[in-house]
Amino acid sequence: MNGAGIIKGLVETARNFAGSYHDRERLTTVQYPEETLPPVENARTLPFLVYDGGDAMAGLRCTACMICEKECPPQCIYIIKDQARKPDYMGKMQLQPKVFDIDMSVCMSCGICVEVCPFDAIKMDQVFELSTDDRFAGLLFDNEKLARPNEYFRQLHKTEASEVDARREEEKRKAAAKAAAKPPLPGGVK
Amino acid sequence: METLEQLKARIEAAAPGVRVEIVPNGNPANPASLLVDGGHARAAAAFLRDDPALAFDYASNVTGVDWPERTVRERIKVKRMAGGVEREVEEVCERKTPAYLEAVYHLYSMSRKDGPLILRLRTENRTDRVSLPSLTPVWRSCEFQEREIFDLYGIVFEGHPDLRRILMWPEFADHPMRKDYAEPDDYEYEPTPHDAVLARARGHYPGGTQP
Amino acid sequence: MSARFSPPELAGTDFEHPLLEVSLGPHHPSTHGVFRMDAALDGETVVKLKPVFGYLHRNHEKIAEKCSYLGSMPFTDRLDYMCSLTNNWGYALAVEKLTGLAVPERAEYIRVILGELTRLINHSAVVGFLLQDMGAMGTPLMYAFREREKILDLFESLTGARMMCNYMRFGGCRCDLPPGWIGQARGVAAKFPLFLDEFEALLTGNEILKARTEGVGVLTPELAVNAGVTGPMLRASGVNYDIRKVDAYGVYGRMDFRVPLGERGDVFDRYMIRILEMRESLKILDQALRDIPDGPILNLNAKLRNLRPKPGEAYGRIEGPKGELGFYLISDGGPNPYRYRVRPPSLINLTVLEDMCLGQTIADAVVILGSVDIVLGEVDR
Repeated sequence: MNGAGIIKGLVETARNFAGSYHDRERLTTVQYPEETLPPVENARTLPFLVYDGGDAMAGLRCTACMICEKECPPQCIYIIKDQARKPDYMGKMQLQPKVFDIDMSVCMSCGICVEVCPFDAIKMDQVFELSTDDRFAGLLFDNEKLARPNEYFRQLHKTEASEVDARREEEKRKAAAKAAAKPPLPGGVK
Repeated sequence: METLEQLKARIEAAAPGVRVEIVPNGNPANPASLLVDGGHARAAAAFLRDDPALAFDYASNVTGVDWPERTVRERIKVKRMAGGVEREVEEVCERKTPAYLEAVYHLYSMSRKDGPLILRLRTENRTDRVSLPSLTPVWRSCEFQEREIFDLYGIVFEGHPDLRRILMWPEFADHPMRKDYAEPDDYEYEPTPHDAVLARARGHYPGGTQP
Repeated sequence: MSARFSPPELAGTDFEHPLLEVSLGPHHPSTHGVFRMDAALDGETVVKLKPVFGYLHRNHEKIAEKCSYLGSMPFTDRLDYMCSLTNNWGYALAVEKLTGLAVPERAEYIRVILGELTRLINHSAVVGFLLQDMGAMGTPLMYAFREREKILDLFESLTGARMMCNYMRFGGCRCDLPPGWIGQARGVAAKFPLFLDEFEALLTGNEILKARTEGVGVLTPELAVNAGVTGPMLRASGVNYDIRKVDAYGVYGRMDFRVPLGERGDVFDRYMIRILEMRESLKILDQALRDIPDGPILNLNAKLRNLRPKPGEAYGRIEGPKGELGFYLISDGGPNPYRYRVRPPSLINLTVLEDMCLGQTIADAVVILGSVDIVLGEVDR
């Protein structure tokens, strides 16, 4: 019969229409911003810097090694090293960044800075509601704006954060065990 | 597929006067290529396409490469007279590599499902003698790709049905993919400058670029 | 061809048979991006049609000469932005040929799974957009997008991003599958055939679709081969050339699947080939999800930073959803490639656009362009 194909198609459309009243699979619209989708653990949008402890600037894990600046494909990271050093989680004195700027309008969320960082200092955030009316400075994030505590990192990426924490604890434990096992040098000098 | 030596012999037999050279690949696991001279390239290409044993009917990829002049310092052994005795000594010699533009063609055979044959065509220099024969009459797939090489490198393909710029706008004057292309220096604000961009930014913003 | 209409007042002048020049300009909802077609029309019939592009040209090849090999990987996502994982795979394959790195088996299976999922999302979107261009006002498009979302969710939970995945690395993949991912993927692959059945019930027998696509935009196999056309467009013309079978890269040699071929080479054949290829992709997915072994996902000798391949060149190609996607790399021993070239299937498939559109009406030209399946990110790079 001429027109059978069109009628068959209309039956499909009717099935989807009627089904959208009772089947969540057929009606998949999420009424944002009243509803939001649940966060996905591995999702990445923009980077942030991790700090341990309470003080953001003193606890920053970043040692200004410049590897992320060098590897960033669109070159959106700008670091100036500070001459003053600070101790890291193992007690070793490390450099720190005086200026650490990321231009978020250039950043393309590739995550290469996270992959190459040897100190677990920079990780990917999941925020996307960053609209601003200042075209240049509004999206240029500096140290303060980028820093987030380790608890925030653990809340976003549970598996990765617990693995990083476990590894750091293990290194601290091994260093402490090694220091305890060493015999004290004569004269009381360690 | 036949070896490159056999192919070279057959091309030389089919297109008399052609000069074919085998260019080795730096990585021996990957195929080497055949360098064909510009005057007889179209005859050689037609032979490769029409010969029933080869049947290279599919030109997959046409690439332009820019080889500017480089100074290479090598240690070579030369014979020198010293105190009446001829001895071989090592000397450091400087030589300039030739400068040319190159078009690289990757050919496959769809009917025989055969692997890549790489043809290379080189211009005489990078300045005024930059023309090569177009292989579009042999393989139509070269049409847009040769236009792109003309646009971005400046190789003029003779015999191309419609040689004009394809990606850049028609009034544009330079060839962007060349190694000595100078990018235009017009940008308004560089928040995270690096290296060469930082040097140029300092010229534009003498007070410093950081807010 | 329609009879040429000529206004009587122009008889005998230079303007006797005027051709109408239309620019289906870059700002157009049906041109799949910033793409322009300069058409000369005689009434409604196309007499000449020249494609014009370059509006999205970002000189990706020159950027790659300034970035390291790893740094170019996120830029390959943005070439054919609908299929970022197959772009990554093509580039990783080319660098692996250049450096001689072997890929562990689990990584090869993951690559095949993600490659076939990418083929599913590309083909469903293309068919949706083809119907949109024909005036189906979004219904098939939205049904296709509803199914795509499930696959994009899979990508997000594995790679971190829905479209710009940046997941393949030289010598393997970036990170391993999270727990439960295979089960989720199996669930999506189990529901997809039901969606395809509904989709075909909606479209394939539809008389309007048949009237608008049968006999339209015919491409002969000889012209297709000579013009370098690859992918579903080539197979719709009847030429049996699928790089997954010819080169058998990755573990495709172990997969059992057929290559659908068309008979007439018109728009309807291209639409049907894409539907059939989606069914074959589901077969490959089932096999890969069943057989994936345990093991490492990255070659132990793979280097992230400071990769300096020895001087040489390599050409790596894959069967992307749009055709043969090839990457040609020349290395001079430094950390950046000396020459990096992308062989874009969409650009080369456009060579025959004029040949297919001549003699058809201008409305057919839009449908033919929709069946060629171009993405401007790849055409312009």
